[in-house]
Amino acid sequence: MQYLVSVIDDKSNPGSTDRRPAISAFNERLIAEGYWVFAGGLADTDAATVIDNRGEQAVFSDGPFVESKEYLAGVWVWEAPDLDVALKLAAEASKVCDRKIEVRPFQ
Amino acid sequence: MSDVEEAVTRVHHEEWARVVAALTRRFGDLDIAEEAAAEAFAAAVERWPADGIPPNPGAWLTTTANRKAIDRLRRENKREDKHREAQMVYDDDPPEPVGAIDDDRLRLIFTCCHPALAMQTRVALTLRMVGGLTVPEIASAFLVRETALERRITRAKAKIKAARIPYRVPAAQDLPARVSGVLAVLYLVFNEGYLASGPDTDPVRHDLTAEAIRLTRLIRALMPGDGEVAGLLALMLLTEARRTARVSAGGELVALEEQDRGVWDAALIAEGHRLVRERLAAAAAGVAPGRYQILAAINAVHTCARDIRDTDWSQVVALYDQLVRVDPSPVIALNRAIAVAELDGPQVALAAVDRLKDKLAGYHAYHAARADLLRRLGQSQQSRAAYDKAIELAGNTAETAYLTHRRDQLR
Repeated sequence: MQYLVSVIDDKSNPGSTDRRPAISAFNERLIAEGYWVFAGGLADTDAATVIDNRGEQAVFSDGPFVESKEYLAGVWVWEAPDLDVALKLAAEASKVCDRKIEVRPFQ
Repeated sequence: MSDVEEAVTRVHHEEWARVVAALTRRFGDLDIAEEAAAEAFAAAVERWPADGIPPNPGAWLTTTANRKAIDRLRRENKREDKHREAQMVYDDDPPEPVGAIDDDRLRLIFTCCHPALAMQTRVALTLRMVGGLTVPEIASAFLVRETALERRITRAKAKIKAARIPYRVPAAQDLPARVSGVLAVLYLVFNEGYLASGPDTDPVRHDLTAEAIRLTRLIRALMPGDGEVAGLLALMLLTEARRTARVSAGGELVALEEQDRGVWDAALIAEGHRLVRERLAAAAAGVAPGRYQILAAINAVHTCARDIRDTDWSQVVALYDQLVRVDPSPVIALNRAIAVAELDGPQVALAAVDRLKDKLAGYHAYHAARADLLRRLGQSQQSRAAYDKAIELAGNTAETAYLTHRRDQLR
């Protein structure tokens, strides 16, 4: 079972910025234990562009699709046997990243 | 009620959870299990009056429900391999030896009370899947619309499936936290029955308190070694024992000191005391008691006293001191202060209550406690204001009646 694991940051109350070494160590462990599928940190939401090509021509708009205080700061994809395993890892991830984590199953 | 109807009701109580749990294990799907179990019980209602009660009703129901589930899968034309793919994770290893019996009902309880589900969802799912209450019964108990409750249960079953919430007893190191989550669900059901909210509801919903006790007994039978399970059961029994004395004929709450102790249920008290003694022996052997065990011990002190004047208040306060260390919540501190009033007088207690203002200003019991202490100190005007505030915030009809009565007695 694969889970999308989102790291949620808060613009008005951001998590600490010194987490990179801890996250790297955590990633090493995810790889060693067979949970790691993919991971990536995201650039600021200001760098996002939304494209809508449902009409006559593609329309580009500057910025994220939704402006909010909380935003997606990074993602993982994990392979885990069940939600209990994923939640346990997510609890560790939240400490490691000093941010909130959302766990959502792939279909 | 006819003999057959009575038998169906009894078998429903005894066998519902077992049938649902066994089917969930076999088919890996709560939805199929629930529907097939309901159909099997409907078949029993239809057939037993003519055919007679089968010699082993539980086995009859399980067999019938299995057949119904297979029929449904055939109807839906699900291939066996496709079906297996969508199954819940079933852990075949027996749980680690922590006093838990390997019983599918235990898996069912832990799945329904999973921390990834919202509290209200856990309550609804547990009452439906483990307790066997119908959706209309649960909806009326919690004053929600049937359609809304049905949606909540459907969503929960879908989440369990989609997110792969497993069907198993948690590992030993996770067990205390998960058991405490299960007990929180049962305690919420009990309290909603004991202090029913809503302007037009009965002040005590015996159906809910009885159901909470029944489910806690089941967990006690499945986890006989767990101290907090024993503690919660004792707490419920010692509370339930005073049920009839707690509300007057006129629907008004009767405070502990005014209750007719002769109508307390002696059998429930004896059972509760036995459980408390069992936990005291464990505590003496060095097992630290949790909050339910301490709350049960407090209730045991109250139910030991034949008269309010015989209450061992120093013991009650000592137990609250212990409880505050386990659970430093302001509500516990408030209850401790109320006991302190009996030991050190209302002035000392009022000072302790007033310190909780910031945290409890929106809680009716805080204002009710202040009102009572101010009344005892002869500060009628301030007491009246506190009663007004308590009445405004109280949700239970018997409590409102009691508080109004007390306020109107002020001079």
